[in-house]
Amino acid sequence: MAALTVARRELAGYFVTPVAYVFIVIFLMMAGALTFTLGGFFGRGQADLGPFFTFVPWLFLFLVPALTMRLWAEERRLGTIELLLTLPMPQWQAVAGKFLAAWAFCAIALALTFPLVLTVNFLGNPDNGVILAGYAGCLLVAGAYLSVGAAMSAMTKNQVIAFVLAVAVCFLFAAAGSPVVTEFLSKRIPMLAEVARGLSVTERFNNFTRGVIALRDLVFFASVTGFFLFVNAVVIDHRKAD
Amino acid sequence: MAALIEIDCLTKRFGAFTAVDDVSFTVDRGEVVGFLGPNGAGKSTTMKMLAGFVTPTAGTARICGQDVVDRPVAAKRSLGYLPEGAPTYPEMTVAGFLDFVARIRGYRGSEAAGRVAHAMGLTQTEGVRLQPIETLSKGFKRRVGLAQALLHDPPVLVLDEPTDGLDPNQKHEVRALIRRMAPEKAIVISTHILEEVGAVCTRAIIIARGKVLADSTPAALEAPGRTLEQVFRDLTTAREAA
Repeated sequence: MAALTVARRELAGYFVTPVAYVFIVIFLMMAGALTFTLGGFFGRGQADLGPFFTFVPWLFLFLVPALTMRLWAEERRLGTIELLLTLPMPQWQAVAGKFLAAWAFCAIALALTFPLVLTVNFLGNPDNGVILAGYAGCLLVAGAYLSVGAAMSAMTKNQVIAFVLAVAVCFLFAAAGSPVVTEFLSKRIPMLAEVARGLSVTERFNNFTRGVIALRDLVFFASVTGFFLFVNAVVIDHRKAD
Repeated sequence: MAALIEIDCLTKRFGAFTAVDDVSFTVDRGEVVGFLGPNGAGKSTTMKMLAGFVTPTAGTARICGQDVVDRPVAAKRSLGYLPEGAPTYPEMTVAGFLDFVARIRGYRGSEAAGRVAHAMGLTQTEGVRLQPIETLSKGFKRRVGLAQALLHDPPVLVLDEPTDGLDPNQKHEVRALIRRMAPEKAIVISTHILEEVGAVCTRAIIIARGKVLADSTPAALEAPGRTLEQVFRDLTTAREAA
């Protein structure tokens, strides 16, 4: 399938530039530092990865848009978008290929946090099923943010604008369920408070870190990711030559 | 048998500006059409529409009978397209890039390798096969773009300034290559080098301000004792003065 060929090329492209290494090193350093300092990994005396999972979505909030901002903007700058989209494949396959490559890259970055899993298994007897569910949640959050970032990258030639827009939209999804937002809304527009809670990535993610993989949460992440990939495909179709 | 390229009343407007205005022509097998015109005349926009990259405002374009808007994948399969500026992925090696294009075009294994080797042979790029494209000279980059367009031995070739940036020897080789391929294909090349038209083209189309001003053999255009350059200047500047 053409999408997989595009994905393979993209993924290889990450590793020939310093982007991949900077991303992975910063992600690992920050995830580690936050887990052990702010998260109090040792002090809380529990054999789980709770503190780590608390910080991953917030790290993704900034790092994922940094990864996606060049996704289409770079193709436009080099003119290769004209080459890519005049090859004989449906346009959605190019969209899907780029998304899959970025997602696989996030999976690699997450997989490299394995020393944390080893550490917690060495120190105690954690529930590894819960840890696995947490990682699945991280991957789904990454997927949702990536699709948002990719869609924003398709809308503008400017990488900085793509980054800022992506962070802003991802932040809406991250903060929608927070008490500040829901209390504010329930006092004024109670109807929207429920909607906001329903759109919250953070609340859905918390179910995963508790080891609960519910069908409705999977449907939520699939819908958000699918919707923004669809937006991406539509925008590319309409604005490819701009 | 129908012509390999059929363009019918093709029009493209960008806002109030009409880049291509009601252009119609057909190209049969064995023809090499030179597409001439001043900068900004609408040559590249017409070619982009033919390649399915820019969506026409009105009119149709068909490649081997397949409409480029309604059946884009089928149309693109029969087309070899060199976009303006010959964009390629700078970080990839020549062989890696051509292998990527071969895979998207559905070739696998030894067939893909054979196609890549053949395309590199035609464009004399074997010597740099393992070099990253960004390290190559302008002439080599252009030839890698050409190799990509020739890879699948398409019945229709659309080449936007194929000899731009090449030295006289390389120009000569590319022209010889086009002449060799001409009998089995329908070829459209855009250029603003007028002597190139006499050297390779069986037909010249002069376009300015989006309109076709002349469509004839180079010999017929020159017939009344004038050079092609005089004809070109008369046609294109007369319109601008009007």
